[in-house]
Amino acid sequence: MTLTTTSSPRREAFVYGVRDGLPIALGYFVVSFTLGIAARNAGLTPFEGFLASFFNNASAGEYAAFTIIAADAPYLELAIMTLVANARYMLMSCVVSQKFSPDTNILHRVLVGFDITDEIFGITIARKGPLNPYYNYGAMSVALPGWSVGTALGVMAGNMLPVAAVSALSVALFGMFIWVIIPPARDNKIIGMLVAASFIASFACANLPLISELSGGTRTIILTVAIATIGAILYPIKDNAPAKGENKHES
Amino acid sequence: MNHDIYIYLFVMSAVTIAIRILPVTLIRRPIKNIFLRSFLFYVPYVTLAVMTFPAIMDATRSPYAGLLALIIGMGLAWKGLSLFKVAAACCMVVFGVELVLL
Repeated sequence: MTLTTTSSPRREAFVYGVRDGLPIALGYFVVSFTLGIAARNAGLTPFEGFLASFFNNASAGEYAAFTIIAADAPYLELAIMTLVANARYMLMSCVVSQKFSPDTNILHRVLVGFDITDEIFGITIARKGPLNPYYNYGAMSVALPGWSVGTALGVMAGNMLPVAAVSALSVALFGMFIWVIIPPARDNKIIGMLVAASFIASFACANLPLISELSGGTRTIILTVAIATIGAILYPIKDNAPAKGENKHES
Repeated sequence: MNHDIYIYLFVMSAVTIAIRILPVTLIRRPIKNIFLRSFLFYVPYVTLAVMTFPAIMDATRSPYAGLLALIIGMGLAWKGLSLFKVAAACCMVVFGVELVLL
């Protein structure tokens, strides 16, 4: 695991990882800055924001978690929300497990697994042949600081920025969500239908009596499980490339 | 606040790390169960869509700014623009609309 090794394939893979990780890190830095604003609203200090982002590195999951922390909700609600919001990483982790050569030791699997994000998953899968963990370490070495330092700075700068700038930056994270869901929704009719149904159901539940009184996090859990279950029953996937939609982003 | 922030951080981190690390370390064969695979395949899109709308309209000072950012962001993402460009465009739309309306 030492990087001082003279074995050049490892060094080379690490350098490629850094190269592909840099644009990701830059995008993360900007987006995580607004995540820091959400963390600040939940009462987190810059250091706490840094820790949350370093150990989670998940936009939607952290955003959902911060809204739950802000509501001072029970720990169990936070655990369930994090589980649901980050459930896609479970699938990606399954896909990545198939990409490793079978003799890869457990430490490499743990370290690579630690930072499976939408974007790092994308560049990992896009590479040919069995997974080289040093490539992932290279990407992680820039993406992870970009995300966590960006969050900490967002917490610090949250109230230094004029309200117009904060309002504008607050939608960057939603821009990221849109960027994740729309291309697969365009290419896959069923995903497109489910996204449309999610918008409609979410809007309805935010306005209906009784249901609108549940917390946003609880509504997200209920709607996600319900709509994804309906989708899985009506339209079971057929091919053996379950995460192909994830692979479309090569920015 | 009745809850400890460090316990909150521990809970969310432990769950996220377990989600990421357990499958990659434990599963070495393809998942066969079609329902489970389908469910997990659809979850990310559904959960992100649910969280985006109508929440984006509450994130901005003017709900119309948020709505327009959503529409333009969707258009740009549809055309395949990068994460950075889509996110930046959404920010600029909100800034511009609020400059005019507020």
